[in-house]
Amino acid sequence: MVRSFLVQASSFAADIDFVIDLIGVLVGFWFVLASCVFFYLILRFRSKDEGKAEWVTGEEKSQKRWITIPHILVLICDIFILVGAVRVWVHVKQTMPEETTPVRIVAQQWAWTFVHAGPDGALDTDDDIVKIDELHVQKDVTYRYELSALDVVHDFSVPVFRLKQDAVPGRVIEGWFKPTLAGEFDIQCAEMCGIGHGMMPAELFIETAEQHTAWMADHAPKSLAAVSAP
Amino acid sequence: MRPIANTRSAAGIPTGRLAVWWVLASEIVIFGGILASYIMNRLSHDWWADYAANTSTPIGAFNTFVLLTSSLSAVLAHAAAERGDGKLAARRLLYTIAGGGVFLCVKAYEWTMEISHGFTISANGFWSFYYTAAGVHASHVIAGMILMAFVARDAAKNAELHRVELVGIYWHFVDVVWIFLFPLLYIAK
Amino acid sequence: MATAEVTEHHDDHGHHDEGFVKKYLWSTDHKMICFQYMFTGIAMGLLGGFMAYAFRMQLAFPGASVPGWGGVTPADYNSLVTNHGTIMIFWVAMPVLIAAFGNYLIPLMTGCDDMVFPKVNRLSFQIFLLSAIVLLASFFVEGGGFGGAWTAYPPLSSKPEYSLTPLGSSLWLVAVGLEFIAFLLGGINFVTTTMNARAKGMRLYDIPIVVWFIVIASILFMASVGPLVAGAIMLLFNQNLGTGFFDPDKGGDPVLWQHLFWFFGHPEVYVVLLPAIGITAEIITTFARKKLFAYKTVLNTAIATGVLSFTVWAHHQFVAGIDPRMANVFTISTLLISVPVAEMIFVYIATLYGGKITLNTPMLWALSFIFEFMIGGVTGIFLGASGSDIYFHDTYFVLAHFHYTFFPIAIIGSFAGITYWFPKMTGKMMNDTLGKLHFWITIITFNLIFIPLFVLGAAGQHRRIYNYEHFPDLAGGWMQDLRVLATVALLVMLAAQVIFFFNVFISLRNGKKAGNNPWKANSLEWVAPSPPGHGNFAELPNCYRGPYEYSHPDREDDYWPQNEPA
Repeated sequence: MVRSFLVQASSFAADIDFVIDLIGVLVGFWFVLASCVFFYLILRFRSKDEGKAEWVTGEEKSQKRWITIPHILVLICDIFILVGAVRVWVHVKQTMPEETTPVRIVAQQWAWTFVHAGPDGALDTDDDIVKIDELHVQKDVTYRYELSALDVVHDFSVPVFRLKQDAVPGRVIEGWFKPTLAGEFDIQCAEMCGIGHGMMPAELFIETAEQHTAWMADHAPKSLAAVSAP
Repeated sequence: MRPIANTRSAAGIPTGRLAVWWVLASEIVIFGGILASYIMNRLSHDWWADYAANTSTPIGAFNTFVLLTSSLSAVLAHAAAERGDGKLAARRLLYTIAGGGVFLCVKAYEWTMEISHGFTISANGFWSFYYTAAGVHASHVIAGMILMAFVARDAAKNAELHRVELVGIYWHFVDVVWIFLFPLLYIAK
Repeated sequence: MATAEVTEHHDDHGHHDEGFVKKYLWSTDHKMICFQYMFTGIAMGLLGGFMAYAFRMQLAFPGASVPGWGGVTPADYNSLVTNHGTIMIFWVAMPVLIAAFGNYLIPLMTGCDDMVFPKVNRLSFQIFLLSAIVLLASFFVEGGGFGGAWTAYPPLSSKPEYSLTPLGSSLWLVAVGLEFIAFLLGGINFVTTTMNARAKGMRLYDIPIVVWFIVIASILFMASVGPLVAGAIMLLFNQNLGTGFFDPDKGGDPVLWQHLFWFFGHPEVYVVLLPAIGITAEIITTFARKKLFAYKTVLNTAIATGVLSFTVWAHHQFVAGIDPRMANVFTISTLLISVPVAEMIFVYIATLYGGKITLNTPMLWALSFIFEFMIGGVTGIFLGASGSDIYFHDTYFVLAHFHYTFFPIAIIGSFAGITYWFPKMTGKMMNDTLGKLHFWITIITFNLIFIPLFVLGAAGQHRRIYNYEHFPDLAGGWMQDLRVLATVALLVMLAAQVIFFFNVFISLRNGKKAGNNPWKANSLEWVAPSPPGHGNFAELPNCYRGPYEYSHPDREDDYWPQNEPA
């Protein structure tokens, strides 16, 4: 369903889309079935003549069956949905992949600060590249983000990744993503954060290995360039 | 004029008592919200114990004693009202009110001491909870005292004696809340 | 106040003349308090609708000056969406569904002359009115109305330097707090009257479903609102005294508020759902001439829903920074709650089987309630399942989903109730043709507003953004077309409400006399004169059977009033 609007640009985007489709099929079936019965009954039992309606108390077993059987079937559908949803949830939010490149994301009213690890692949070193409202990542590399907020609650949302995570002041929240498609995409703030909430977009650049290396070289911090120049 | 509805009792429980139970139930969840939040925070902040050490357990214990005693005289007032002795019930309610007054005075002294040491409500999370929980409780003590004054006034004229029991139930509740607050704010260090 | 005048008209000749203030503003009569709540609710509803108009216009035509409002700044926009949500839930759905219908129906349907504590009832409305005034005042203070979303997450809501509405946020909070107190007081009467003041012979299972549901809703409200009252005190202290409850620098935690808020916020959905779906039960049985399918099952599903609703709150916070393992627990409870709700819907559909269905205005509203609410229900599964909520959280999909629950509840449910009990409240029949016209325009435009928003949400449009031009992926093309479509549909819908008010007006003037029981319904309110005078019944009725004995095989008539001796 979502796929037709938005490309899948992360390793787990397809998994999340699958859960959405699974739920869509299951509840869609129930919705269509219930609607058909509903409209059929309205049309079938419209009052056309005098005479009385049928006397159905719904208390007898043979009548209650019409409720209890769908009831059990709904429960079974719920179990399928549950398994699908939890499986994806555990994969995306509860497991941290082993080999990752860190990236620090700091939200504030109303801007995003992205601290890229730079060529050495570690944060808090001299070659960190700090960018406002621009996140540069390399395709097919797994990133571990450290998300924090300076003032109010924000939400790091990347629709093409199918990823969302609130940034909460006083906490550093970790998570991961693995971009799989090169291109430029939107990053949104998806939690009300004050009057600038509507003006808090950032841009996501997913680059191939060569592009990314070139970008890092271009944006190496000045201090570092000065040290290595002479 | 009271509606006929007021005189019916299909459930077999006096309507006034039902209403008081309703009020208490809603109060319980309000205090439950404050206390649950406090306990969750306390468990995740070990360092709050250092601030809790600044509260005075003897003073808190004395106040607990005062409140429990005042509840006793509320019970005795109810017993008097049951016998139809409105005058005695009113007098015993006044003792309860006096107990509430002592409680508040001690509280005021305690808070003055703490604030003078710089432990204000905005100092940190512990003191925010300390003053808010105790303050909301104290506002219930004041409300209970005012209600009791009205009930005592009527009871002295032998009118609306059933209200002696109702206000007593409320006072017990105020008491019970304090029984929870005392260990949480004073004893746990 | 037109309706109210007619209601009291008959009464006045028989009794003494009361002054205007005593009769309309200081009344302790449950029917008058119903009208007070209803008029306040409808007035607030119009205000909420106007706010929707202003911000939808901004979304469809960004930057254009909105007629009747002017340019919508980001601060305006935030304040509009915040207060639209707050008003529609706390000052429209709650007063109309619980307070107005609860006040009107409980004494009449249980066969007594008034609420048990009429003065508490009056006080409850007065506090409610005060809360509405405080909320309105918050728009006119320095900095304007509060704009931190109806969920009011701190620290945005707790610090003026973040929200930029120093007074607005406090007034908003005080208004909400007063509103809670008003409904806690109102609940005393709903519960005690139903428990104690029932007509002689009315057993627990003879109580009409709508009365049961309003009582269950009041209990749910009472049991869930406490922590939020505590939270509101904390937030108010945070705003004005600098306490540290939600301030990480002082050892607090912003997420605490989210727990307190949603612990109330989710049961609140069922608090307003239950009265609405109860109204539907009365209407469907009456106009299908059918006994309610499995009365006890309906009651049990409502109780099960109520109990379960306390266990699902964190599904609003899956991505809010809570421990991810908790999400699994809340996914399970959320999916479980779909079972009793689905069962309730099945029961209503089953009730139609074998009926003699009359499709008049109240019945159309009631049936559309079920259908539209089903859409709201099934789309909720996408959001309650943690895996898919990672994507859908805080998109327009959420927004469309809860409007598909709250619109049926607050608007369709209210119109169903008003059109069904209008003859009882006023003594006049409502014009059915105008009623149907109003119904069809409202329903069609409602779907035209929110189906596009489902699509936009699925395409990644996130909420509370005053102008999507800042987001290249969302800005233009077909997405903007859908926004315009939704806005145009909203305009038509708002305009169509004129038909309703015209219908009320014309029916009051020229409507056919209703008589005591125009719908040939069973429950006790139809025994009273239309409109009921002071004391409701000429002689307080006794009750001999359940409220849904329609088309009983032993009877020639297809209805069997509860008060008729066997």
